[in-house]
Amino acid sequence: MAKRTVIANGRVVDPAQGLDEVRSVVLEGEVVKDLLKRPPSKADTLVDARGMLVTPGFIDLHVHLREPGHEYKEDVASGAMAAVAGGFTTIVSMPNTDPVNDSPTVTELILDRARRARLCRVLPAGAVTVGLKGEALAEMGLLAQAGCVIFTDDGKPVMSASVMRRALEYAKGLGLAVMVHEEDLTLSKGGAMHEGEHSTTLGLKGIPSAAEDVMVVRDIALLETTGGHLHVAHLSTEGAARAVRAAKKRKLKVTCEVTPHHFSLTDEAVASYDTSTKMAPPLRASADRKALLKALRDGTVDAIATDHAPHSAVEKDLEYPAAANGVVGLETAAALTLKLVLEGELPLLRAIELLTSGPAGVLGLETGTLLPGRPADLTIVDLDEAWDVDPKRFYSKSRNTPFAGWRLQGRVKSTWVAGRKVYQDRGGAA
Amino acid sequence: MGTRNALIRHVLGIGELNLSQVETILKTARVFKEILSRPVKKVPTLRGRLAVNLFFEPSTRTRTSFEVAGKMLSADVINFSGSSSSLTKGETLMDTAKNLEAMHPDVVVVRSHAAGVPWMLARNLGCAVVNAGDGLHEHPSQALLDALTLQDAFGSAGEPGSLRGKRIVIVGDITHSRVAGSNLRLLPMLGAKVRVVGPPTMIPLGMRQAFPGIEVSHQLDGAFEDADAVMMLRIQKERIAEPLFPTDREYSRLFGLGLARAERLKKDAVVLHPGPINRGVELDPRVADGPASVILDQVENGVAVRMALLYLTAGHDNDPERLGAES
Ligand SMILES: [Zn+2]
Repeated sequence: MAKRTVIANGRVVDPAQGLDEVRSVVLEGEVVKDLLKRPPSKADTLVDARGMLVTPGFIDLHVHLREPGHEYKEDVASGAMAAVAGGFTTIVSMPNTDPVNDSPTVTELILDRARRARLCRVLPAGAVTVGLKGEALAEMGLLAQAGCVIFTDDGKPVMSASVMRRALEYAKGLGLAVMVHEEDLTLSKGGAMHEGEHSTTLGLKGIPSAAEDVMVVRDIALLETTGGHLHVAHLSTEGAARAVRAAKKRKLKVTCEVTPHHFSLTDEAVASYDTSTKMAPPLRASADRKALLKALRDGTVDAIATDHAPHSAVEKDLEYPAAANGVVGLETAAALTLKLVLEGELPLLRAIELLTSGPAGVLGLETGTLLPGRPADLTIVDLDEAWDVDPKRFYSKSRNTPFAGWRLQGRVKSTWVAGRKVYQDRGGAA
Repeated sequence: MGTRNALIRHVLGIGELNLSQVETILKTARVFKEILSRPVKKVPTLRGRLAVNLFFEPSTRTRTSFEVAGKMLSADVINFSGSSSSLTKGETLMDTAKNLEAMHPDVVVVRSHAAGVPWMLARNLGCAVVNAGDGLHEHPSQALLDALTLQDAFGSAGEPGSLRGKRIVIVGDITHSRVAGSNLRLLPMLGAKVRVVGPPTMIPLGMRQAFPGIEVSHQLDGAFEDADAVMMLRIQKERIAEPLFPTDREYSRLFGLGLARAERLKKDAVVLHPGPINRGVELDPRVADGPASVILDQVENGVAVRMALLYLTAGHDNDPERLGAES
């Protein structure tokens, strides 16, 4: 008989089942066997989760693992380690590697590295266009066969509307979504931060919200023509949130994600020219942040995704406009999400939904819930434990975070994938 | 002199200075201006001190002005010109900073295409840093010399006048002008009422929130006639990649200060320009060289202000009060 693990007496929060109760989760082999009110007497391994939050494993739709090509910033193994330390059991790896993941060989390499790391599930995203150039469609069908679960040119928009139209149509035939990085390059050109009060004060060239809005509106219009599934990556503006909300009302298949840095910070954080605040899309105005919080609450947003983008000092210790875009996020995402719960911005159930069943729904995964029979991926969190963000302690190879020194509450204590413990916090029990 | 709030470690931007520091700088500049009018102009104040002009962006005027200022104070001045970007040489800003550090300068005067570079250097260098223009952000020495020039213009019989209550109109590309960036901070601090004029393409999106006290107008006529001073900005074609106005002809008709418009200025009003002038575009040559123009005073005041900045930052425990006696 398969090995039985019982995670006893934790506060089990599983939004897919509308569950928030003290339960004992029984894992048998690689799947969830049962959710019992009282712990069973027999277990091969018994984990006392009293006082802890027990949730389905977190799913991150948007991670840059940098392998192949930029392993000095991150590789599949270090990224997967950062993921499980952050409570993530599934991550989607972006294709802007070197070479680009626009061919099955690269997909297979990523999957091979992930298998060897034996940490979390790594689902590759394939490129929409060859070399992310926005011109010829990548071999999407072959990429899907090799294991890609979504297509994106992330890091860049698909500027040609006709290429975007064909990409949506073609992906629809494969039953997969196209994830879009929405940025009109003619509007964002030369910009280093959000355009508004603070870009004016700081003398940095701004990127207007419209650079994102016009592309979201364009792609929703294309989706009306093509059908299929459009997933908006790292949505950051009030206008884009409004457009997605309206499209959902019209029953179009549009999903979207929001990052912890966009819901936690505004462009005010750029004030010191600290390049760890430089990202694309940029940190937006406080009205945008408020709109994102509303969209997180009201169901417009499907997932919280980190856009984990590791960079070394070589790319970040530069003049602000010259510094690379991006922040690491896997190890701070859960606590930043729980911060919204503690501040009353988001009910706990909804917050966990955005990390579990929400992203699972975008990709049609069977994970993201603790329903009996489903893969035994779960995360145990101590909601009461406060900790200080110290980038030096990150498992990620990179340290580019604007949250250094922040005191956060809610600590991932252990992470389980397919019934196996893949991460244990060094700090204590559970 | 109230030096308690006036200690000046760096001059990064006007936004970092308080009124008392600004007053100290302007008073010190006046002393140097007087020295510059003497037959022997050079003073030994900064003998043995090293000033480095670190210019990542070419600017003969500002660089020369800082160089002359340093030499008048007997400092050793080294010009260190990076190419348009330090990155083109494969050298990062931080590498450059470390190389500079090895020379043990007392003050680094930096001009950069990127906003924020003076702040980044100030965090990484042990010496004083003076901003000589960063990106679209600030150009504090220019605003200070403009203020000194305006004080002269508003004063009488050699006494500096106050800017309090004076109406100053700044015309042109506010978005892409670091001269405007510094003046929009400094002039209101000194009590002036400031109005900016330009097409909406030249007024930053965040103008009202970032500078709530500043009036904005999109038409020159009706917006400059009550001015005590009009500051015409240079159209920086080299820095503008997108069309902000249709043609030079249209710009000069709508926003240029020609002879006819200059005649509508108040009697004692003065005209400023940070130079170099696109003659005939933003400013008619006859106005630039006419009676209302204080453009040459600006150049002269530039040296005095920069002497003050070097003296106050690199001179260590110098007391501005003693300066007159010292020379
Ligand atoms: Zn992106």
